[in-house]
Amino acid sequence: MTRALVRIFLASLLHRRLATALSLVAIALGVALGLTVQLIHAAALDEFGRGMRLLSGEADLQVIGPRGGFDEEVYFALAQRGEVAWASPIVELDARLPDHEDSLKLFGIDIFRVAAVSPNLMPVVDRSADTDERATLVPLREDAIFLSAAARARLGLNAGDTLAVQSGLREQSLTLRGGVPGAGMGQAIGVMDIAAAQRVFGRIGKLSRIDLRLKAGVDRELARLALAASVPAGVSVLAPEAAESQAANLSRAYRVNLTMLAAIALLTGGFLVFSTQVLAVVRRRQEFAFLRALGLSRRALFGGLLAEGATLGLIGGLLGVGFAYVLTALAFRFVGGDLGAGYFAGVSPTLRFEPLLSGVYLLLGGLAGLAGAWLPAREAASMLTARALRAGDETRVFEARSRTGLAIAALVLAALLCLAPPVGEIPVFGYAAVLLILVGAVLLMPGAVRVCMRLFARGHSLTLRLAHARLAAMPGQTVVAGAGVVASVALAVSMAIMVSSFRDSVDDWLARVLPADLYLRASSSTASGYLDPEALAVVSGLAGVEKVQAVRFDSVRLADERVATTLIARPMRGTAGLPLVSGTLEPALAAGQGDPVWISEAMADLQGLTTGDRLDLPIAGRMQRFMVAGVWRDYARQHGAVVIERDDYVRLSGDPLINDLAIELTPGVAVEPVMTALREAFGARTIELALPGEIRAISLRIFDRTFLVTYLMEAVAVLIGLFGIGTTFAALSASRRKEFGMLRHLGVLRSQVIRLIALEGALTAGVGLSVGMGAGGAIAWILIAVINRQSFHWSMDISVPAGALVLFGLALVALAGLTAALAGRQAMRQSAVLAVREDW
Amino acid sequence: MKMLVRLVLLVLVLLFGHALAEPGYPPVLEGRTLVFPKDGGAHPDFRTEWWYVTGWMTDEKGVERGFQVTFFRVRTLIGEGNPSRFAPTQLVLAHAALADPGEGRLLHAERSARALDPLAGATVGNTRVWLDDWSLTYEDGAYHTHIATDEFTLALEMVAPGPPLLNGRDGFSQKAPDPLNASFYYSRPQLQVNGNLRMNGQELNVSGHAWMDHEWSSEILPEGATGWDWVGINLNDGGSLMGFQMRGLDGKPIWASGTLRSASGEITILEPDDITFTAGRRWESARSGVEYPVEWRISVGDRAFEVRPLMDDQELDSRRSTGAIYWEGAVRLLEQGVESGRGYLEMTGYAERLQM
Repeated sequence: MTRALVRIFLASLLHRRLATALSLVAIALGVALGLTVQLIHAAALDEFGRGMRLLSGEADLQVIGPRGGFDEEVYFALAQRGEVAWASPIVELDARLPDHEDSLKLFGIDIFRVAAVSPNLMPVVDRSADTDERATLVPLREDAIFLSAAARARLGLNAGDTLAVQSGLREQSLTLRGGVPGAGMGQAIGVMDIAAAQRVFGRIGKLSRIDLRLKAGVDRELARLALAASVPAGVSVLAPEAAESQAANLSRAYRVNLTMLAAIALLTGGFLVFSTQVLAVVRRRQEFAFLRALGLSRRALFGGLLAEGATLGLIGGLLGVGFAYVLTALAFRFVGGDLGAGYFAGVSPTLRFEPLLSGVYLLLGGLAGLAGAWLPAREAASMLTARALRAGDETRVFEARSRTGLAIAALVLAALLCLAPPVGEIPVFGYAAVLLILVGAVLLMPGAVRVCMRLFARGHSLTLRLAHARLAAMPGQTVVAGAGVVASVALAVSMAIMVSSFRDSVDDWLARVLPADLYLRASSSTASGYLDPEALAVVSGLAGVEKVQAVRFDSVRLADERVATTLIARPMRGTAGLPLVSGTLEPALAAGQGDPVWISEAMADLQGLTTGDRLDLPIAGRMQRFMVAGVWRDYARQHGAVVIERDDYVRLSGDPLINDLAIELTPGVAVEPVMTALREAFGARTIELALPGEIRAISLRIFDRTFLVTYLMEAVAVLIGLFGIGTTFAALSASRRKEFGMLRHLGVLRSQVIRLIALEGALTAGVGLSVGMGAGGAIAWILIAVINRQSFHWSMDISVPAGALVLFGLALVALAGLTAALAGRQAMRQSAVLAVREDW
Repeated sequence: MKMLVRLVLLVLVLLFGHALAEPGYPPVLEGRTLVFPKDGGAHPDFRTEWWYVTGWMTDEKGVERGFQVTFFRVRTLIGEGNPSRFAPTQLVLAHAALADPGEGRLLHAERSARALDPLAGATVGNTRVWLDDWSLTYEDGAYHTHIATDEFTLALEMVAPGPPLLNGRDGFSQKAPDPLNASFYYSRPQLQVNGNLRMNGQELNVSGHAWMDHEWSSEILPEGATGWDWVGINLNDGGSLMGFQMRGLDGKPIWASGTLRSASGEITILEPDDITFTAGRRWESARSGVEYPVEWRISVGDRAFEVRPLMDDQELDSRRSTGAIYWEGAVRLLEQGVESGRGYLEMTGYAERLQM
């Protein structure tokens, strides 16, 4: 492009600073939000993967089983296999620390076996705290614990200090004897001898993991299959990468959801570029006609205008990329690496430059600018020079043709796409449907303007009639100004409905899964605290306790490739039970059908199971037959959960231990004295008591934190939509100076003109709002019934926050009117005389 | 006299018992009769025990190599009340070395594990020690060993021509002037070796003579000692010579002992006055910087033996398993300038005071 053309096109961006700035901000925000989601996730996943790799070391294969561990005989058998060069047995657990809030990830290792396979778990004795000559034996001591630097810092311990750990309801004191230098930065882990870990944590005879190194020349996949065939049911032999990709899969749906939200923000930014470019083209119509008359080719004009859009997009993208890194750094500091969703607990990722991701998002910014400029550029390039040289030709731009047919086609296609299944657990077609609905809604705008104007046709007020006349004649103006509003309102409304439905459903679900008066546990179900039948007897015998239900948590592996499924053993018959969506709590099973199992919706989706189906579960190393008695709603475990009767579980596994007790009190008994009695019976340090109200409050707080990112994006989208109205009306007012000048000559008051502009703005926003609300409702349904269902496998009851939406709509219309009025006031500074003269 | 010694011992144990043998380990007391094959097995109550095979072997092409296979057992006094099978009450450590003049240095490998049936252990009642696929067993008058390392694989049968040779006073081997520093110790000299060695991609049939030492104790290195020098030589005439000296902090001997068996089976127990070690040529290891006297003159009564190494560099760095760096290598014995036997020389404590 020549210098002159650069001045004509790109420099024009500088002349309309406000509009340019707003477009830039919109694109920058879209790019920033999208890239931030990716950056945070990439870093968290990377750190998570690095942690996994560090801990699995040089293992070729890993043998893992249910959370409760598997029989150590598996180790003795595998260690003697011909394919295996080294086998390292590991007891892995989350040790509850009575003196600390968090639990500690603890590895019980065989120091003689771990070095060859997972050298990063090697404990190193701190000699400063130990003058004993036989320091080589220190790692074998039963009371010795070794902590990584991160764990030492977090717990505030030095060599020689003692650390209390809890197993069951017992406390045991360990002495810090040194470090785990191989642990990664920020990896808070502890290491102790495997025999000591088995004894201290009541895991005699059990292992959680075996890391294997194969002999040179052994084919890994063949060895994996051969070894897998020799281990008991419920124990898997996996390549270590499998665990990493499982973690990635787990969070993928959440990440894709956020990315799509950011994409919609970027789309809104594109609409905004479209609005400003349309108006810029309108205002410069005579200028372009003049240039064309001077010999500028159609192509050059088209190219120049596209370059304007692309430049805007690229600069916005560049700003967005920079902003994304700032946002990511802030997020790491204040929210943590998991975007508030808890997928990567204990991971502290660091910010790194990602050239590829950044490049892609920069390009996306440029594309948004280019796409926004495309139609206006085409329109400008196709104008007839002679006609455009005359005044008033620009109104042609706003004579938008009705596209209702196309809109309906888009909406029908969207409806059809909703029926399609997900691709690789990602609801690709659901997202496509959302996009089509947005497109359809924008295409519906001209028709919607006409319909709305018919409704206002009977007004008597002068300004109303003027506004009506203008909008009815120029539906394109509304389309241009309102496209951003439609997109952002649709986004905001759909998210509002989805989140509100989700929150209400979760609230209702919590009430149904927490029917008791009081809950008692020794630690979270994954950590090392537990209760035993004696504790159950003690609780049952307390005065004021009417009924106690014992719950045991474990996990089962149904297939090698899947993340472990949570196994919940609890009383079902004769209880308030579960929030069932199908099936029954009291199944009548014939002999030979096995015991009943109730599966969560995720389980039903993932395994393709329904009520009445047979399901075999590996319990204590043996496959057991069950029958699906019902499907229940579970918002807590995305990768599935199964519930069986605790009596059945104890009979099949011989495991009498208990994680949670749900305590029902005798009617009329106050909860506090019972809580005091429980603390006296077990010690306040070793048990955790919770009231259902507290659990509900905490759960909803976590829920709200998870959706914080979503709320922020909603706000940004609405803001961008409002920007759209502001810039459009600023530009429109400028281009309609002649019209306003004429009105003033006809005796219309200045304030009436401003009211006219405000009314037009409000009406435009109103139409955009109605279409956006409609689209939002439809998108909300897709989010709930298609995207959430396919991503997270849970259903929810639709609940529309009507009051909030009405308030939001009124506020938006008022704000749009105000924004338009402000924009108009700016344009009205000029004298009416001058404005009219401009034309001739 | 014997009563008096016992009384003194008792008093000493009461006074210094803690310093000498940690509580929990039984002391090594004179008067115990060693019974075979039972005492060829492990004695898990004692603190340390080893089965130490050294020897020379010749392949079909006449290439001579030295080899050494050692299994240690250590009682840790840790986790003895722990019902876990992983309880580290007994550890098994092993190393193996091959002295090949063609390599110029020792090829060696080491392993360690907690005794944990079926993966590693030391059986009571007969000689059977193993650690994964490394093993040393005694059955029907012959020892069998199997060792597989990255550099070589050794599978040998070693036939014992006669009964165990008890060292010291009927197997009670005193290590220092104070009889509390002692071990139970017997040797199996003149073992007939047959088997095969795989290295550098070749499978070699080998034969030769080896020596097995089995020793157990609760306290090995006496107070004030830095290390020891030991030889075990199969004499060409069918006899054997075992001798060792304990060196004090100043490097001078504080104790020496030995067993000389003539070709006719006549056994002479050597008291400190009967055997003298004189260090000869020194060699410095480029790896560790430690200097070892690789040649010795050993005087036994009026006989004088010269000890010459198969090669100088037979240093063993087993700091990862037993924690020691020492020299252990194949040597020739010369008498009046003529080779009269072959065996092994072990020199410890030249780098730092040995820690067991």
